Amino acid sequence: MNDLGAAAATALNLVLTADPAVAQIVLLSLRVSFSALLVAALVGLPLGALLAVARFPGRGSILTVLNALMGLPPVVAGLLIYVLLSRSGPLGPLGLLFTPGAMIIAQAVLITPILAALSRQVLEGLWEEYAEQLRSFGAGPVRAVPTLLWDGRFALLTVLLAGFGRASAEVGAVMIVGGNIEGFTRVMTTAIALETSAGNLPLALALGMVLMSIVLVVNALAQASRDFATRAGA
Amino acid sequence: MFRRLFLAAAAAALLLPGAPSAQERFITVASTTSTEQSGLFRHILPIFTAETGITVRVVALGTGQALDVGRRGDADVVFVHDRVAEERFVAEGFGGPRRHVMFNDFVVVGPAADPARVNGLRDTNDALRRIAEARAAFVSRGDRSGTHAAELRLWQLAGVDPAAGRGQWYREVGQGMGPALNTAAAQNAYILTDRGTWLSFRNRQDLRIVVEGDARLFNQYGVMLVNPQRHAHVKVADGQRFIDWILSPAGQRAIASYQINGEQLFFPNATQPEPTS
Repeated sequence: MNDLGAAAATALNLVLTADPAVAQIVLLSLRVSFSALLVAALVGLPLGALLAVARFPGRGSILTVLNALMGLPPVVAGLLIYVLLSRSGPLGPLGLLFTPGAMIIAQAVLITPILAALSRQVLEGLWEEYAEQLRSFGAGPVRAVPTLLWDGRFALLTVLLAGFGRASAEVGAVMIVGGNIEGFTRVMTTAIALETSAGNLPLALALGMVLMSIVLVVNALAQASRDFATRAGA
Repeated sequence: MFRRLFLAAAAAALLLPGAPSAQERFITVASTTSTEQSGLFRHILPIFTAETGITVRVVALGTGQALDVGRRGDADVVFVHDRVAEERFVAEGFGGPRRHVMFNDFVVVGPAADPARVNGLRDTNDALRRIAEARAAFVSRGDRSGTHAAELRLWQLAGVDPAAGRGQWYREVGQGMGPALNTAAAQNAYILTDRGTWLSFRNRQDLRIVVEGDARLFNQYGVMLVNPQRHAHVKVADGQRFIDWILSPAGQRAIASYQINGEQLFFPNATQPEPTS
């Protein structure tokens, strides 16, 4: 209880004083996770929509694999990206290991299956409702994808938030491929892991509270924008 | 609306203050958790950067892992503390030459209740034998780090095979010094730690130093450049600049000036002849 009180006080202090080191870590966390979300959405959402509308042999296997990949352990994803990006690996010449770019790649790899699998499920229901209508406009499955994504945008917002949550919460992958370099690749989760290592539990907990607050704000903003758009009849 | 929100998120992702510019001069140093977590780098690196304009990116791992990062060419400089493993690294042609930088010492910490009755002993052989005989809980790093290697050597010198107690009183956690200390604190176990990490460690609970001062607890740090003939991208000039600086009087002074609560953590010895360990 004492620890929690001290942590809450520390957290408040970190936020109120806008501690520059913490601010930098927070901004990097947001930059990495939003970039990963953007990349993953560009791949995952169309893939999910396509799987929702198209019927082809092997589709069932793809769905099974996607669902399984939702549970991909971050440390495994991190290790895989590490081996690929290492100077001794196939993508070594890019020099991406231990940079924010590597962290974006790792998080994008982690959440693309989540976005694809969840959006597939959400959009399949929608497709069943609209299939006749869309077909009557002469839209084939592939042509229907953008329409479906647009019509399902509110439901997809929740999918995106799930992806963002997973990206911003994971530590195993970014620790391995980012290296937790102070002032360069240190993000919220790796900073929390480091402070825990140093036995500085109040500061670690305080950083955890700051992270939770940020995730809360992102979710609240998304919720508010959805409510606003629904009311505006968009 | 959704599209607009998405575009806004995309813009935010791209516009948020980015990483330092690509033009920034930097080197990557693979080092150990003890040098990072004790706060040494935070103390000495700004001095180096102010002097040279070179930023140092430190990836802190166990010594075994740090040497592997060097082997793969993912760092320019390796700065670790396991002389045997370092000399193998150099002999295999992955880098070098290896130079002494500084030393500190290991200590055995344990619970105040001291179930193995080792408090105040100076002889690690004696202490470790008593811990094994009492089957008192002992936490091992178990992660191929420099401290892990030192611990295994100490058991060997004491003539005890701790593997026999594996899963019972001998507990290998496979983690860095800090997490291992957290585990020992939670389980009231004995543990070998470098003094620097111990001094900066906050979550001590019932743990205290029980054995120190044995010459076998000597802990030497070494530095070496990754071999550019194996990895052409290694920043030879800037990496060598860092090594030259840390071995120079200025670098050695910076190391000596780092204290926690008035206690010096690392003792520079670049200029001294090879110490016997």
